[in-house]
Amino acid sequence: MLHAILSDKTVRLTALALLALAAAGLMLPAWVVDNMMFGLARGAAVLGLLVLWRTGLMSFGHGLYFGLGAYAVALSEHWLGLSDFALRILAAMLVAVVAGFALGFILRRYRDIFFAMLSLAFSMVLYGILVKTEALGSTDGFSVSQTTFLGWAPEGKQVLFSAIIAVCLALAVLVQMYLRSTLGRLTTAIRDNEIRVEYLGYSVARAIHIKYVISAALAGAAGGMMAMALGQVDPDSMVYWTVSGELVFITIMAGPGSVLAPFIGAIIFEFLRTYAFEIAPHAWQLIVGGTLLLIIFFLPGGIWSLLERIPFIRRLRHD
Amino acid sequence: MKPNLLKLACVFGLAASTALNALPAAAKEEFKVGIVTFLSGPAAGPFGVPGHQGAELVIEAINAGELPAPYNTPGFAGARLAPIFVDEAGGNTKQVAEYRNLVQKQGVDAVIGYISSGSCLSVAPVAEELKTLTIIPVCGSPRLFEEGGKDYVFRTTGHAVGDGVAAALYVRDKFGDAPAYTGINQNYAWGQDSYKFFDLAMKTINPDTAASDNPQFPKLFAGQFGTEISTLSLDKAPLVHSSFWDGDMEAFVLQANVRGFFRQKTFISTLGASAVDRLGKGFPEGVVMGTRGEYGLLVRNLDTPLNRWFVDRYKEKYGEYPLGPSYQYAQSVLALKIAMDKAAEAAGGFPKQAQIIDALTGLEWDSFGGRVSMALGGGHQAVHPVGYGITGWNKKTGEPEATGVVFYPADCIMPPEGQTGIEWLEAGMPGASC
Amino acid sequence: MQLLFTILLDGLVYASYLFIVAAGLTIIFGVMKILNVAHGGFYAWGAYTAAYFIGAASEMGLPDWFAFLIIAGSALAVGIVLGLLIERIVLRRLYDHEEILIVLATFGVFLILEDLILLIFGVNPYFAYQPMVALGSVEMGGIFRDVYSLTLFGVALLVAAGSWWMLTRTRWGKLITAVIHDREMALIVGINVRRLFVVTFCAGAVLGALGGAYIAPTVSVAPGFAVDVIVLSFAVVVIGGMGSIPGALIGALLVGLLRALAVHKLPELELFVIFLVMSAVLIVRPEGLFAPAKARKI
Repeated sequence: MLHAILSDKTVRLTALALLALAAAGLMLPAWVVDNMMFGLARGAAVLGLLVLWRTGLMSFGHGLYFGLGAYAVALSEHWLGLSDFALRILAAMLVAVVAGFALGFILRRYRDIFFAMLSLAFSMVLYGILVKTEALGSTDGFSVSQTTFLGWAPEGKQVLFSAIIAVCLALAVLVQMYLRSTLGRLTTAIRDNEIRVEYLGYSVARAIHIKYVISAALAGAAGGMMAMALGQVDPDSMVYWTVSGELVFITIMAGPGSVLAPFIGAIIFEFLRTYAFEIAPHAWQLIVGGTLLLIIFFLPGGIWSLLERIPFIRRLRHD
Repeated sequence: MKPNLLKLACVFGLAASTALNALPAAAKEEFKVGIVTFLSGPAAGPFGVPGHQGAELVIEAINAGELPAPYNTPGFAGARLAPIFVDEAGGNTKQVAEYRNLVQKQGVDAVIGYISSGSCLSVAPVAEELKTLTIIPVCGSPRLFEEGGKDYVFRTTGHAVGDGVAAALYVRDKFGDAPAYTGINQNYAWGQDSYKFFDLAMKTINPDTAASDNPQFPKLFAGQFGTEISTLSLDKAPLVHSSFWDGDMEAFVLQANVRGFFRQKTFISTLGASAVDRLGKGFPEGVVMGTRGEYGLLVRNLDTPLNRWFVDRYKEKYGEYPLGPSYQYAQSVLALKIAMDKAAEAAGGFPKQAQIIDALTGLEWDSFGGRVSMALGGGHQAVHPVGYGITGWNKKTGEPEATGVVFYPADCIMPPEGQTGIEWLEAGMPGASC
Repeated sequence: MQLLFTILLDGLVYASYLFIVAAGLTIIFGVMKILNVAHGGFYAWGAYTAAYFIGAASEMGLPDWFAFLIIAGSALAVGIVLGLLIERIVLRRLYDHEEILIVLATFGVFLILEDLILLIFGVNPYFAYQPMVALGSVEMGGIFRDVYSLTLFGVALLVAAGSWWMLTRTRWGKLITAVIHDREMALIVGINVRRLFVVTFCAGAVLGALGGAYIAPTVSVAPGFAVDVIVLSFAVVVIGGMGSIPGALIGALLVGLLRALAVHKLPELELFVIFLVMSAVLIVRPEGLFAPAKARKI
């Protein structure tokens, strides 16, 4: 098993890239590290959407799990005083998995636009609950205090950055393993022809349910990491439909080609937004929207398809 | 001889370096300050843009040394203030990210800003973490300093407890026999707290006036209030409290005015005064209007040199009267100047951040509308009188006006040091000297 | 009794508003199978254009009824111009792409339309309250109501009747019905589907812009005020059945009345009652309450 993991070239490349990032983090200015953390956190949620998209499903409501993860971190601190990194990530993933497992029974029956819309509806229900409930912070949300590591509260953001990299690496490796397993390989088969998959003796509904829970877990972890990186949660930045829309946007921008693509796409998105906002505060949505259209028109495989022009990366596909 | 020389050099070097540490930083040409206000969205027109203009006007005047005496020395501790204007729109989380960007990427020396209490409450912990002087001109949630003291965050305006208590006092003085009150406030910390403070203050000050069981809390920036106006109209209570402030205030007034709402109800607006000027004749008469302090509409005709200068120059430059937020932003800029000048004098050169903070703590100064003192929150929270008036239309000048203005002194409307607003109000406002 | 009457009236006003906005969305989805996020952009553009010209007309001293011409004119101009541009530049390239990609492309268009508003109209809100003030108020059930909001019923009825007439009594309508029913079949029998798409998209855009233009006099028209409208009209359309005009009507009524009930009796539920209904309907009847019959394809 371990051997299989280590011999996977995508895994090796991902590990290499993220470790290089961790090392670079020691030298980069603080604002770059911040943006990297936001990008990595969002990238984990995008990875969740990628798992779904490989089956031809797209959720317009992943803000639901992103928000649940973020609020799990904020509320576990608010109510229980938790501040430990591992506990926070676990809480975020646990809440998302429970919700995803429950809603999965409903959502696994739907495809295409109905799947997307129903996800959106569920996420907006959570949004409504959060905004209207004073005990849950209402529109203001909560501040999230500094993350500790087994009782140690390190100065600066480097440790948190490394920890987030480690989590992202672990998630990426697990997803890669899943996609290469039989269950994962059903993904494309379901997309092509569901009935054929059923005839092979697999339950499509169950395969999609599992996928959905994995995807929810990833988005939950992502929300948790985002909350820790930012130090703030609120419904408009974590749950609202535009947040889900952004995640879908990054998925398309990054391309479905590899588990590494979501992280690259999300980091690029973060910097694109920071600079667009700085250069043209009244036109940054225009820049972001224009980029989105250009990618849909001219780069259907996303940014990853550009990287695949490099022979070494192209070979990963046949690996 | 040689070792001695070495020793001497060491001692000398050590002395020099300690002396250098004790000395103030070298004179600076430019002091970079991030100025955060709403530049887009529904809060831009009534709050963000006037705030931005107030700050801009006073920064330019101070850089050029054109403010009336005693503030007519040019610059901030001699340095030119270089503002970087940032948009507050986009939600709390984005503000936190933007704040980090300002400090870590743009390298500002200080930040002046935040109108919404949502943004100031979420940014304050980050300001502490990044150890950057942050002066908050408008945001009004008392939670800012109640949830733990702050070292780097200051607020140069009073908070919502004062607004609510002053409103209840004004009700006692003008509508003491009203049977009941209700409210419409936005569904977030600001709106919920504002109504809570007014409600508690009413229970102490006007115990015979009953509270409605159905106050309304629509979503922030909802824009359409048809159903809420119906609900309030059906409610028997004649007094309606509201802390609406942004585009919501204007939309509500437009929608309610056509329905004759303001003829039937006494509307108490704690900070909606921007709408009075912006809607002009479209704004109803007879509304109880506050500006959260000696700002905007209520002090427009105050005849002090500083206020005259501010009103005239503002009108000259922007073609309109300065509104409440214009005063509040200008006041923060002025506070920074006074503190920096004072710190420079004490340090004998350009001050370090810690020295500016020392000078700002507990500062008292004559501002555009009146005297302000940083008396609460360990010297980080300003107090000043808060007043209300009644809106009307002055036919002679063709301009809106406020009549029957009463200001209530700070020690009558603000909780004492060490007590939260809620504790103080629930205890029946002990120690208030009115 | 009085309360019930008030809730009904409030609900109907809100439902009328929702229906006008949602009708355009559902027509576009029915014919083109495109979930058009840019609909919010049409709404905002309609509102800004109307508010700008109503303000200008009032400064020029034109009579108040002129505002209604401006509202209609803005809706038509904005809908047709933006509709043609977006159809030609964006949608035409994507008709054979996945649905999800098209949705996302319209999201991109929405972002662009939002910022174009900022760049052209600036950040300050616009007021265009003259027509609302001119129509005054009337007492109904013990409280005053502004007549302008009540005229929303008329506009909603007009939109409903007009689209019903268009779809069932005209040649265009029959062609559209054929395309809704079976796009491939329609192509085979020689219907110019592409041209039909252009017309439909513009018609939907005009309705979206009309929603914004008509609501403009009652609100402060400010940047970003269309973001909520998108999800609201999505909810209405999904509840009623995507692509069905009667469905949109029912959906709007359901959402409007429930929201009014919530505001009056249980304000905490106000915001998510809509999405709760939407989820419930999707779970029980994923095609919506009034989905148009699907052709059985063999």
